[in-house]
Amino acid sequence: MRWIWIDRFVEFEPGVRAVATKNVTLAEEHLHDHWEAFPVHPASLIIEGMAQTAGILVGQAREFSEKVVLAKIAKAEFSDIVVPGDCITFEAMLETIADEAAVTRGIVKRGGEKIAEVNLMFSHIDHNFAGQKFPKENFVFTGQFQRMVEPFLEGRHG
Amino acid sequence: MPMTEQEVLEKVRETLVEALGVDDDEVTPEATLTGDLGAESIDFLDIVFRLEKAFNIKIPRGELFPDNVLNNPEFVQDGKLTDEGLKQLKERMPHLDLSGFEQDPDVNKLAELFSVQTIINYVRDKVNSN
Repeated sequence: MRWIWIDRFVEFEPGVRAVATKNVTLAEEHLHDHWEAFPVHPASLIIEGMAQTAGILVGQAREFSEKVVLAKIAKAEFSDIVVPGDCITFEAMLETIADEAAVTRGIVKRGGEKIAEVNLMFSHIDHNFAGQKFPKENFVFTGQFQRMVEPFLEGRHG
Repeated sequence: MPMTEQEVLEKVRETLVEALGVDDDEVTPEATLTGDLGAESIDFLDIVFRLEKAFNIKIPRGELFPDNVLNNPEFVQDGKLTDEGLKQLKERMPHLDLSGFEQDPDVNKLAELFSVQTIINYVRDKVNSN
């Protein structure tokens, strides 16, 4: 099982930009305790949603050949809370990609309104950690993540 | 027209404030990146990316901050740089002040040598040689 915090991609421009949406619902268990009297979708999970949107954008840019892990939250600023019933969108832009790492900028919106800015840095781990070896298989991009973006890539991969 | 030391400092300061989440006044030329400004390993790469953008320069990996010198057994033995390792480092990093470090070339202490001034030296020479 993967812990997925985006529902689907609505736009995907390879190597450039990706937009994913998430519907927040009171059926999600974490909202029962966070908090019972006043459910709020946690900011940490909004960052995770952006990390998944941006991480798939970064991974696809190298045809999912790299193991992409979140390495740094360069900026996370929130101007409003997210509550059950909200539909939020994650817009991620690929700013820099190199052999070792990638940098993304991201805006979270509700309706057309910006409610957060989340800028991230990802590591291509096979190129870092002083040559430390990781498992051969790509444990980051398993089927579920790839399937989310497949409709936008049809005809691109043989 | 060549950039002055002050102009380079201002841009480097802006870069480090964004990359490390520190205050303007913490970024003095003497401040060390790891000790005073709290930089961690991934931050060094982030700083390189941001400097490339801010100054419109290309920074080959291993030129501003060391990489393969430290992974090479010829240059590092028992956690200390060998004479050959020190020689390599001096050649590759003229912007880095190694006086003092040479007495006890412990690789773990190498990161502490990198100060804001080290970056200024590197960027100033790079920008003004174009």
